[in-house]
Amino acid sequence: MSPRAISRRVLPGFPLALGYTLVYLSLIVLIPLGAVFLKTATLTWAEFWAIISEPRVVASYRISFGISLIAAAINAVFGLIFAWVLVRYTFPGKRIVDALVDLPFALPTAVAGIALTALYAGNGWLGQWLEPMGVKVAFTPLGILVALTFIGLPFVVRTVQPILEDLDTELEEAAASLGADRWQSFWWVVFPVLVPALLTGFALAFARAVGEYGSVIFIAGNLPMVSEITPLLIITKLEQYDYVGATAIAVVMLVFSFVLLFLINGLQIWANRRHGGI
Amino acid sequence: MAVTVATRWTAHSRRFEASAATREPAWVKGILIVVALAFFSLFLLLPLVTVFAEALRRGWEVYLAALVEPDALSAITLTLLVAVIAVPLNLVFGVAAAWAITKFDFPGKQLLTTLIDLPFSVSPVIAGLIFVLVFGAQGWFGPWLIENNIKIIFAVPGLVLATVFVTFPFVARELIPLMQAQGREEEEAAVVLGAPGWKTFWYVTLPNIKWGLIYGVILCNARAMGEFGAVSVVSGHIRGLTNTMPLHVEILYNEYQFAAAFAVASLLALLALVTLVIKSFVEWRGRQAMNAGQEL
Repeated sequence: MSPRAISRRVLPGFPLALGYTLVYLSLIVLIPLGAVFLKTATLTWAEFWAIISEPRVVASYRISFGISLIAAAINAVFGLIFAWVLVRYTFPGKRIVDALVDLPFALPTAVAGIALTALYAGNGWLGQWLEPMGVKVAFTPLGILVALTFIGLPFVVRTVQPILEDLDTELEEAAASLGADRWQSFWWVVFPVLVPALLTGFALAFARAVGEYGSVIFIAGNLPMVSEITPLLIITKLEQYDYVGATAIAVVMLVFSFVLLFLINGLQIWANRRHGGI
Repeated sequence: MAVTVATRWTAHSRRFEASAATREPAWVKGILIVVALAFFSLFLLLPLVTVFAEALRRGWEVYLAALVEPDALSAITLTLLVAVIAVPLNLVFGVAAAWAITKFDFPGKQLLTTLIDLPFSVSPVIAGLIFVLVFGAQGWFGPWLIENNIKIIFAVPGLVLATVFVTFPFVARELIPLMQAQGREEEEAAVVLGAPGWKTFWYVTLPNIKWGLIYGVILCNARAMGEFGAVSVVSGHIRGLTNTMPLHVEILYNEYQFAAAFAVASLLALLALVTLVIKSFVEWRGRQAMNAGQEL
């Protein structure tokens, strides 16, 4: 008999633990999420399409998805630099910097939203310098970019950091002994190892940014067609008691999230395999 | 969030700085540190400082008055109440799910793990919407609830449900990789030697997962107290009744009571800072426990 088969019999609590997990998961997550799809199923395909392809809704996709993509790209670049600096160098205050990287996870989004708005508004600490230069951040799409960059920062840092920490020095030493300069050994030896983690972090930051609401609405200005994000449009429809409209748009976002979740899972399996993990 | 206690440690820099092959020229190092710190100050430090600066802009009296005002107090109480219900629910679930997934083999395990992570990829606004569709006046149970005079949406149960949904994966996703790494042998030995199931869990498993558990709980709690989007949909924004702290911040801000809004926000920012301090401490203890385990 294999050890696996023995352990299944030896340890107690399997029916209870799995049963409880499945019931709780169904009640809190699966059945309520199913409600969105069932509600949408009351629409004909043409009605559904009319709602989700309305110009104001399409403009909101462009804003939500487009700006989230740019924010995730900014985070990928700076997150990599950040992780590199935290792993490879020592400097005063490093522990505090390392701990504060997670601030966007811990700080409530509404607090982040009003703080960023105060900072970038015309009379704010940064806004008073930027506005005379012709750069308006608060109440423009640029403000959305700032908020989404803030929200996504920890994802890239925290996925790349452990991979960098586990990297053996031998690889780079071998590259150097074979005559590679520092940039070559980074680009050809270190960077390829980091790619799966970097892509995972990018996708996580992107997924989070697309759904983000709290930090954006304060700074966005929320002008239809210009700076109105998709989650806000769902709220607007709900406030007009247009449940069907809100739900149809929610389905578009959910399908997108599921596809992204699937991709992220695939990336993580790839990363683990590359990294020689489980 | 995707990173568990077991996989993180610092003091790696010394290893890389020791050899010329893994060291950059001083000017490259300098530029990278300056870029990282500039990004850090711009995106993390400045917003944090702004919260406290704006809160205290009109002096301590205005600050304190904003916190002891009845609506603020009821928002604080409600936030605590919601967290006190939601966090233990997800704690029990997280332990049960991790036990089932890591201690046993069954088909569909990978799918179950993915489904547990699902709430993280759902927009908070949709998290609120789904409960409106189920329990709202026009929802599945709407008519029945109205007949029996039970309020869920625009009332406290709705806030709890939305919060439970958005904080659903926190404890489970910290415990699963940790318990996976620890294997099953210790528990199997205890059971074979005659220990009953719950004793095995209490004396064998729990001490091993203690730090991961605390880590998951504090992250879960921070999100539960700070959630905005999901509760905003189900709250109805009734002052003194269904306003949590983040919603109270929004109302004050939209009424141009900036000092008061930032005063309440500063409490939430303090909560975030305390969370990060505990998190760093737990990570440090987790590393110590792991190092001690390796020496044995």
